[in-house]
Amino acid sequence: MDLFSAHAVSKQYANHKALDNVTISVPDSHIFGLLGPNGAGKTTFIRIINQIIAPDEGELIFMGRKLQPNDIAHIGYLPEERGLYKKMAVGEQAMYLAQLKGLSHHEAQTRLKYWFEKFEIKGWWNKKVEELSKGMQQKIQFLVTIIHDPKLLIFDEPFSGFDPINANLLKEEILAQKEKGTTIIFSTHNMSSVEELCDDIVLIDRSKVILSGDMRNIKKTYKTNTFEVSYNTCDDALQSILPAEFQVLSESRDVDHRNAQIKLPAGSTPNDLIRSMLPFVTIYSINEKIPSMNDIFIQAVTQQSPDPEKQD
Amino acid sequence: MKKIFLIIQREYLTRVRKRSFIVMTILGPLLMAATIVVPIYLATRTNEKKTVAVLDETGIFYEKFKDSDEIKFHYTVSDISTAKANFSKSGDDALLFIPKTEVSLPTNAILYSEKSVSINITSYVKNVMTKEVEELKLQARLMELQTDKKEPVAVDDILRSIKTSVDINTMKIGDDGQESKSYTEINMVLGMFAGILIYFFIFLFGSQVMRGVIEEKTSRIVEVIISSVKPFQLMMGKIIGVGLVGLTQFLLWVVLTFGIVTLVTSTMQSAGHKKSVSEQMITQGKGMNPAVSEAISSHPESNEGMGSMMEALDSVNFPVMIGAFIFFFLMGYLLYAALFAAIGGAVDSEADTQQFMFPITIPLILSIIMAQYIIRDPDGPIAFWFSMFPLTSPVIMMIRIPFGVPYLQVVLSMVLLILGFLGATWLAAKIYRTGILMYGKKISYMELWKWIRYK
Repeated sequence: MDLFSAHAVSKQYANHKALDNVTISVPDSHIFGLLGPNGAGKTTFIRIINQIIAPDEGELIFMGRKLQPNDIAHIGYLPEERGLYKKMAVGEQAMYLAQLKGLSHHEAQTRLKYWFEKFEIKGWWNKKVEELSKGMQQKIQFLVTIIHDPKLLIFDEPFSGFDPINANLLKEEILAQKEKGTTIIFSTHNMSSVEELCDDIVLIDRSKVILSGDMRNIKKTYKTNTFEVSYNTCDDALQSILPAEFQVLSESRDVDHRNAQIKLPAGSTPNDLIRSMLPFVTIYSINEKIPSMNDIFIQAVTQQSPDPEKQD
Repeated sequence: MKKIFLIIQREYLTRVRKRSFIVMTILGPLLMAATIVVPIYLATRTNEKKTVAVLDETGIFYEKFKDSDEIKFHYTVSDISTAKANFSKSGDDALLFIPKTEVSLPTNAILYSEKSVSINITSYVKNVMTKEVEELKLQARLMELQTDKKEPVAVDDILRSIKTSVDINTMKIGDDGQESKSYTEINMVLGMFAGILIYFFIFLFGSQVMRGVIEEKTSRIVEVIISSVKPFQLMMGKIIGVGLVGLTQFLLWVVLTFGIVTLVTSTMQSAGHKKSVSEQMITQGKGMNPAVSEAISSHPESNEGMGSMMEALDSVNFPVMIGAFIFFFLMGYLLYAALFAAIGGAVDSEADTQQFMFPITIPLILSIIMAQYIIRDPDGPIAFWFSMFPLTSPVIMMIRIPFGVPYLQVVLSMVLLILGFLGATWLAAKIYRTGILMYGKKISYMELWKWIRYK
């Protein structure tokens, strides 16, 4: 079941189209990667989900019915452009933001106490935000995003500003939220974190969806039947001992190994490759080359033919 | 509704707890109290007598004006034009001219002076003249009754028939002998003061709203908040919150100023200064604001000076004055605060506000510049149009009201101001909601126009 879906959503600004007929479905309890180059329309889409701006066309479905103004109580949003009131005390500010999300004074207090203890930051309650380091501020920011136990969490570049240790803590907390059944929309340019976290992705480029679906399936379709082989020294070029249809993409050597990437024709299996290599070399390892999200991202975006109507 | 209350609460509490607010709250009344107390103190110390020449063409008031600690009267006999011509050489502080009347008893007098005369003198003169005329009327009436020997007449009727109201016009004589209406009159002081207060309030707290919006933008918290509330709620919450801060400060000033003045003057009195300090205080108190003046005028410690003061205040319609003041004070602020919020939303830093501040501050500054012309001709066409236009009406209408403005005009001006407020808020909300999400872009008027047209 989809927790959230958007159908044929379009948004036109004065002289450019931010979203063009975008259809996306976010399955329940999944981490959903919202990817795309800068200016593709991701932020516009996120703002539409948060009802900060209204779409010109299209329909938004949340928990099985049309998205309503008071659904914001079930959505937690960590924007890319984020910050806190610098002169305000941490605890007071967290109380304010929690109550704005619809929690009662009492409820906000109990929950904040729990989280401040869990994050071991109880001593910060009366400190002013400007006295905290940037990483500490990010922690508070994350905490107030999830404080009202939203059904849908939206993170826009959540890891920016975190050191590796705190980034890991945050990653674990995001996964814990997923375990709890929260659905998460995750927008980032950091492809390795996408590989680690996401179940599904959508790729938006120049206001259109160009790729969407289960991440493993997408990876499968982007596989090119390429293998990486590690073997011992051989005097001839590898291509000369292989049949012509086995295409050597690259060769490299380190101290005692040679490595090569070889693209096989459709229908051939790694067994065919091994068979043709065995008479000449000793094979140490052979691995299928699975495209990284980074490769898929670049490939998908560069393959898109430039849109002649686009104005810059 | 609960959310907008939370926003108002935050805006209010964070501001009233600031050190600058507390300092201003204490310093303001000290300064204001000083401007009231110091002149009184000096007056009681110097004991300088004012001399008033009396030119009484009717002869009724000869020797009726008694010298006091403060005023010394002497009587001259000449015609008014020579008296006026000689006035500057005579060394007198004022010239009281009571013109001849043909049939009725005199109810008019003109008080000429080089500098503004203290209200004490005007009220004393007015008092004496009223009493004298009323006595003459009473004598005439009693004579009438004695000669007629008719039915007994109720005392109330007699008292009513002798009731008199005397007008004292104060005129300034310049060195060149030129006359102009003097500015000491209470309605002018009241009007000017109320107008300036509104001007000051709008500027001070309107720009606080603007700075608050810019702060939310630069600290990047704005997107976090508008994912919980509508931009319009955030904007209105801020405007109302800051407005309440202003109102709090204002009320504290009034109460504290009054408290300090009362305290200081009462200690001065008990320290043995025979002269009625409270009387002086009332005179000075006129310069403060309607709320205080009213509070003073209802002070139980009444005396002769107080009585005449009340009379002077009678000419001003206080319920209308105070009601109008509150209305124009609040609506003027709301209208301008919305515009200031829009500017705050459109820019990235305070340095960028200049180009947009200009068209907003022009009408405000213009109304203060026009005030001196309006006060000379409070019913003229300039006064009328400026008191109708919503961007100038809060200041200008307050200046006009103490002179008496037809109710229809007041109501029309209020309706136009409400419409102006709604229009400004609508416009501001459109600019605000787009602007707060724009970073690092230089905004032009063309751009603003585009934002207003967004659906």
